Amino acid sequence: MHNLLYLLLRRMRTPLIVVILAYAISILGMVLIPGMDDQGNPWRMSFFHAFYFVSFMGSTIGFGEIPYPFTDPQRIWTTVAMYMTVISWLYAIGSLFSVLQDPAFKRILAFTTFSREVKAMREPFYMVCGMGGAGKLVVSELAAHDIRSVVVDRDQTKIQTLRLEELPIHVPGLTGDVTDTSTLLAAGLEKTQCRGVIALTGSDQINLTIAITSKLLVPERTVICRAEDHDNQANIASFGTDYIINPYDAFAKRFAMMFQSPSMYLVYEWMTSMHEAPLSEFAAPPRGTWIVCGFGRFGKAVQQSLSFKGIQTVIIEADIEGTEAPEGTIEGRGTEAITLHEAGIEQAVGLIAGTDDDANNLSIIMTAKKLNKDLFIVARQNLSTNDTLFSAANSDIAINPGRLIGQRVVDLITTPLLADFLRMAREQKEDWANVLVSRVVGVLTDKPPESWVITISTKETPAIVHLLRKGATVTLGSLQTDPRDITTSLPCVALYLKDADHNEELLPENDKRLDIGDQLLICGQPDAETHMRWTAQNLHALNYICSGSDSPSGSLWRLLGQRKQPGTKSPGMARDMQD
Amino acid sequence: MNLEKVIFAFFIVLALTLNFGFFIGDMDDPNHHNVYELFAALVVSLIATIMKFGDRAHIGAVLLATSLVADLQLIAAVIVWTMAVHASDAGLTPSIMSSIVSLSGGALLANITSVVILVTETVMFRR
Repeated sequence: MHNLLYLLLRRMRTPLIVVILAYAISILGMVLIPGMDDQGNPWRMSFFHAFYFVSFMGSTIGFGEIPYPFTDPQRIWTTVAMYMTVISWLYAIGSLFSVLQDPAFKRILAFTTFSREVKAMREPFYMVCGMGGAGKLVVSELAAHDIRSVVVDRDQTKIQTLRLEELPIHVPGLTGDVTDTSTLLAAGLEKTQCRGVIALTGSDQINLTIAITSKLLVPERTVICRAEDHDNQANIASFGTDYIINPYDAFAKRFAMMFQSPSMYLVYEWMTSMHEAPLSEFAAPPRGTWIVCGFGRFGKAVQQSLSFKGIQTVIIEADIEGTEAPEGTIEGRGTEAITLHEAGIEQAVGLIAGTDDDANNLSIIMTAKKLNKDLFIVARQNLSTNDTLFSAANSDIAINPGRLIGQRVVDLITTPLLADFLRMAREQKEDWANVLVSRVVGVLTDKPPESWVITISTKETPAIVHLLRKGATVTLGSLQTDPRDITTSLPCVALYLKDADHNEELLPENDKRLDIGDQLLICGQPDAETHMRWTAQNLHALNYICSGSDSPSGSLWRLLGQRKQPGTKSPGMARDMQD
Repeated sequence: MNLEKVIFAFFIVLALTLNFGFFIGDMDDPNHHNVYELFAALVVSLIATIMKFGDRAHIGAVLLATSLVADLQLIAAVIVWTMAVHASDAGLTPSIMSSIVSLSGGALLANITSVVILVTETVMFRR
């Protein structure tokens, strides 16, 4: 704020002096020049009258010749003063506007507003650096989850689109250089409310700078970082960055999982799919020879995981030397039928269009489909704006690195238990995944499952804590019972339980006894969460579920209820359940 | 020699001298206190204030403050004068004149402070 004021005052110095001088000269002139009153006597304006006259003349209001009609010398001086004051005003106002319109001034203004907004933040928030496809997704998803965030991006247009997007909560945005420490500090790096820094710019080097700055200044701050290069990834990991997301590796691993364990893949897809995203039909990729077009970071990662699974690949790459493609690579872009023929498209079962150009990828898909319509096609979509094109191209899997990173980040923030669950799930056999899939499918309608976390705590589940403190048992089954009809269960599946001592359990059974501090990861239909939270918070609902009968809620009825059954234990009373 | 410093010092010292010129004389005698001098003192004081705008140094901030005090005192004096002459029947009585002069005396003190600060800064700068 001080910066702004100083800049404004400094630039307004000359214009203001000009205005004051013009007024002073005009006023003095009016006082010195002799006039005449209505009786014809010589009369001189006082300073007060002169100031009054010049004030309305200079601002072009013009009340006329007050208090007495002017003499000719007065009129001559008025003519001079008129031009002098009006021009000085125009000059001053013009300067003021030019200062306000000055890009430097605007930048400082934006910076000041942003810093003030961040300073005023009282809720926990995340700092998102880079507003590309991934950043945009993270910001809008966090907003949908009622989590605040602030955004910094080098590109002004991206920050402007942030303002145009109708997010449910206000997200302050700043155009600035994220490698500049002062920008990160202005974005609230050192604020206790800042929960984490998310570096999602397109350049590994910049992400590295953000991560190292954050870790140096505030070591305990969580840092989530995007990295596309293995060297940089190792570098970023070396100083303790909490999460590093490599979109290509992440996809390659997921892709390999499709071959190895389709059910497990489905579990992953469900659990990490976006909020309200359509339930994707699962198609297992065929085994056989695959053609990989483009041997960049994406192609390399996919090829590696395919060959790890024992699947043969033929690579098509335009720049064989630059990408260090293996022997047997076919030179070309894959957009022409000749190259595809050469790669043996007729015998291949699958094709990966993995160049870094969306137009080329689309062209590869179109050409390949013409040559072999049974191909399983994986497309790399680089820009999220090309959604319509890729869905029209009808590829089996369209992978958008930005979206993949965004999803990962959102999952990390909103459901931290998910990572634990997926880590444990990975160690399980395919049979286990089959059981899980059939269980989840059993409770689903056409919508994808939603996952949520319930922590047994006074804040989140007061009713359960109340019963537990009384010494009663509350089982997982009670929590999963429909409070409207206790003979049915809510359409959900408990996936994972982590208790206060960090003991973990996959797919806990219904008779599992809950304890304070337990964290539960549950997936199921979205409205099941509402009912479950209702049970967890409402003592009467929970009592009803645990006992099967309604308990009196008011103290009078409670007293009466106790009188009615003297000595007997009322099964509906939570207070009696301890014995 | 720096022209900016010359102009700056010129206005500050001129504000003081004009102010002093108006202040000197019998407290309650209107004949000893010229209205033109008060006008000039106010205008110069305003200009001196604006010249201090945007100076981020600590000394600059103090100079701006003392200068604003002088402005306020002089504006108060001008308003009292105007009210006495134009808005009341009493006119420029000795008691009103002495209050005008004492207001300008306050401004004089602020202006003296300005000059002292200016001189101090200059001396320090030489070293």
